[in-house]
Amino acid sequence: MGAAPTRIGQQDPELVERTGFSPEQINNLHKRFLQLSGNKDTISRENLNDIPALAYNPIKSQIIEAFFDKRNQHDSEVGSLEEITFQQFLMVMSHFRPPTLEMTAEEKEAMRKEKLRFLFNMHDTDGDGKITLEEYRKVVEELLSSGSIEQESAKEITDAAMLEVASTNVPHMGPEDFYEGITFEHFEQILKGLEMESRMHIRFLDTATVHCGKS
Amino acid sequence: MPSRMGARAPAGFGRSFWELGLLLLLAFVLLQGSVFPYGADASSQHAKDGCSSTHEGKPNRTKKVFPVLSFEYDHIKTPFEVSLWVLFASLMKLGFHLVPRLSSIVPESCLLIVVGLLVGGLSKLIGESELPKLDSGNFFLVLLPPIILDAGYFLPIRPFMENLGTILMFAVVGTLWNAFFIGSVLFAVCQIPAAGLTHLGLLSCLLFGSIISAVDPVAVLAVFEEIHINELLHILVFGESLLNDAVTVVLYHLFEEFSAFGTVTVLDGFLGVISFLIVAFGGVLVGAIYGILAAFTSRFTSHMRVIEPLFVFVYSYIAYLSAELFHLSGIMALIACGAVMRPYVEANISHKSHTTIKYFLKMWSSVSETLIFILLGVATVGGPHNWNWIFVTSTVFLCLVARVIGVIGLTFIINKFRIVKLTTKDQFIVAYGGLRGAIAFSLGFLLEVEDEEMRHIFLTAIITVIFFTVFVQGMTIKPLVELLAVKKKQEAKRSINEEIHIQFLDHLLTGIEDICGHYGHHHWKDKMNRFNRKYVKKCLIAGERSKEPQLIAFYHKLEFKQAIQLVESGGGGKLSSALPSTVSIQNIQPKKPPPAPEPRERVLPQLPKSREEEIRKILRSNLQRTRQRLRSYNRHTLVADPYEEGLNDLLKKQKMFELEKKIKEMNNYLSVPVATSDSPNLRRARLASGRQTDFKPDEQQNGKKQTSDPQAYNVKPDPVEVPTIQVELASPQSPDSVNILDEFRKDKEKDEDTGLTMKPPSGPSAPPRKQSGEEDAKDPQKLTRCLSDPGPSADEGAAGKIEFHAHR
Repeated sequence: MGAAPTRIGQQDPELVERTGFSPEQINNLHKRFLQLSGNKDTISRENLNDIPALAYNPIKSQIIEAFFDKRNQHDSEVGSLEEITFQQFLMVMSHFRPPTLEMTAEEKEAMRKEKLRFLFNMHDTDGDGKITLEEYRKVVEELLSSGSIEQESAKEITDAAMLEVASTNVPHMGPEDFYEGITFEHFEQILKGLEMESRMHIRFLDTATVHCGKS
Repeated sequence: MPSRMGARAPAGFGRSFWELGLLLLLAFVLLQGSVFPYGADASSQHAKDGCSSTHEGKPNRTKKVFPVLSFEYDHIKTPFEVSLWVLFASLMKLGFHLVPRLSSIVPESCLLIVVGLLVGGLSKLIGESELPKLDSGNFFLVLLPPIILDAGYFLPIRPFMENLGTILMFAVVGTLWNAFFIGSVLFAVCQIPAAGLTHLGLLSCLLFGSIISAVDPVAVLAVFEEIHINELLHILVFGESLLNDAVTVVLYHLFEEFSAFGTVTVLDGFLGVISFLIVAFGGVLVGAIYGILAAFTSRFTSHMRVIEPLFVFVYSYIAYLSAELFHLSGIMALIACGAVMRPYVEANISHKSHTTIKYFLKMWSSVSETLIFILLGVATVGGPHNWNWIFVTSTVFLCLVARVIGVIGLTFIINKFRIVKLTTKDQFIVAYGGLRGAIAFSLGFLLEVEDEEMRHIFLTAIITVIFFTVFVQGMTIKPLVELLAVKKKQEAKRSINEEIHIQFLDHLLTGIEDICGHYGHHHWKDKMNRFNRKYVKKCLIAGERSKEPQLIAFYHKLEFKQAIQLVESGGGGKLSSALPSTVSIQNIQPKKPPPAPEPRERVLPQLPKSREEEIRKILRSNLQRTRQRLRSYNRHTLVADPYEEGLNDLLKKQKMFELEKKIKEMNNYLSVPVATSDSPNLRRARLASGRQTDFKPDEQQNGKKQTSDPQAYNVKPDPVEVPTIQVELASPQSPDSVNILDEFRKDKEKDEDTGLTMKPPSGPSAPPRKQSGEEDAKDPQKLTRCLSDPGPSADEGAAGKIEFHAHR
């Protein structure tokens, strides 16, 4: 581990403001960032790919893609980046903060929307604002870590799932209508019951976890 | 927890009173029946004595008149009484639901205790002293296990594990705090000379504290089932009530030992802690071992489905008894056994066995619970009492105070570690839900102290606390929940989208944790899942199911349920999804122009409504007839469960067909009406009728290539013919093709039949080897023949070409 600027949290109060992390958490994440990037200022896809623990993850590529997706930076740009800075890294991470006790109902709602947006962006790979059947099918296939065996199952499951979304959101479609894809509103609707703000979070530590080398 | 009390339509008020009166009369008669034998018993005893003495006296006795009708009660005494009590308890339970308003105001447990009180009072009036007592042998060995097994088997593992830390905190630390606080303050109270209790030593008070401090699972279950609060709170209180058994057991034995000696050393305290760890983990270990054994056994039961439930019950009970043998925590053993065995056993057993297990568990636990509360009432009236105002009131008061302080203090600490914090409302419900019940009473009953008077004081106080918590807290918790607007339980079942996303989230969060670099919750959970999938499932799950990914298993279960529902509903209704939507599968498939060379998706033409109706009617009437022809079986030949095996078979075969290559020249656009939700499960259910196949006509079964079916996770050899049941479906889809059942019969001959269209349908629709049960198939056969439409100009042609013969 190189000599990390340990007071990056204090140096950049804007970071605290924008991402909602505490200074200690920012410091720890910065340490981790430097580890991953090999003490450089930016991380590329290869850096993330090299994390050994991720090898087992069936949706590894999607997760990595999500870091480089411009839409997750809370700007209105689309497309993807080649490398990300620490700030952008933090922005992505900030989607995974847990709700606090002091949050009001609106804040919780906003947080939920934000997290759902993140998920939506992960599914909507071509960025057109809709999750089409193909894209959804890809998601299910990845989840099933498919060999060719499971492709049929994936297809069925996807069909059933899309059907459900369509039925819930647009119950009275004529036989000639075509349901093009899941929009963000529909997406919100079907995942309403999951309470995303309490589910989609990880515990960010205040104290550093010591790792020698990438773990 | 699914409610054990079925919802009954509230009967008319007057009628219900009538019925209730009748029921009470019946109950009274039964009771007299049970009380009367006591008297008869006495008299027969006399007769016996008389007889035997005369025997000895006179070796050659005089010949009596041959008894045409004799009365011998001793012979059947115990089972008879037990049965009468069980019957009585069940009748009471029935009775409560006949009076509609009562059951919504007063929780059932209260009513049952009142009934017990009445019975006790009644029998005391009659002067009967031989009432069944809630003695500890009965209670711990017979009445308690079913309830705990029911709870453990159906324990929702995910929320339990997610909140395990919190639950353990409440269970262990909370109970300890309660015990010591109550014990010591009571001791202080006892020192007041006015109470007349100075003979109660500190250890006795602590012993009492340990008995009274534990939250009781039976009472919690009984009350919480009716109030339907959200999952988190339910699992918190309920989990606490289950896990505090270990603490209670240890404390109880500890103090019981030591109150004889009067002093406790540090070493004893230390040993107590060790004992606690052994009791808790030992119990879990014993349970887990038996659970794995049960799972392993269930792997081999595919040929003997009838006894599958038995294994579940017996293994669990033995686990409980083994734990009790070593003075480990039997409750924790039972919970561990049920929770461990469940995922594997459910993958192995048949659907019917699953239903059997569910219903038997619910039935036993329901009866047990009823009996427990009634006997509690009876014991209250009968038991030896020693009412000491100060002791009793201070006990009640202290219980409440200790609980509140404990919960608040613990939550304060816990919230530092929890991500989803517990709000004040949550804390209130947790505190208020700390009910005491029959376990405390039995433990008190079990006490063996030299000072009988003390024991009576304790018992009285315990009973009062139980009554207070069950009546006051039990009755008021429901309105309070409403008042505080506590979040209620989500009733809807999980949808496929939610399931997909839950899994997705799991992987996502694990990935993010890995990127962050610290090993959190998700990391370990993921590791365990992988271990489970790689090694454990292979051993414990039979056949192909072991490789089934969870999502697919979920999906299949969902489909299966829907298919069964569809079939059971007589085919007249739509799919069970309560959404009245007209969205069908074609709405989501991207459209392609019809004469496309790759006709994977196509627009399906419409069938005029009148035709649709006719088809529906025909199919429905067929269904009525075939339903009566269900093959009956006796339990020894319950090899092929016709319903299920057939469905499975057909599911498998349908998938086979789906995998086949799409024949491009298949242009048999049979007119297919606008389907209702024509999801894969509907397709399958229709398939079960054997009338039609996939609505995508291009995927016809042409040539039954015996492609190995990788989808068939439930690969069973086809031991018998495809069953005679043709569960039909009045689906708006016309039977557009062959009778699959007939196809199968020829499955050995690789029939290169192009399904339906080209040839004169000699193959498919002239059923050569029809069974008797399939004459009805003839009707749709003719139908299909008519509907077959050779030729490429199928779309528009098809609609016009339907001819219906009247098949009646």
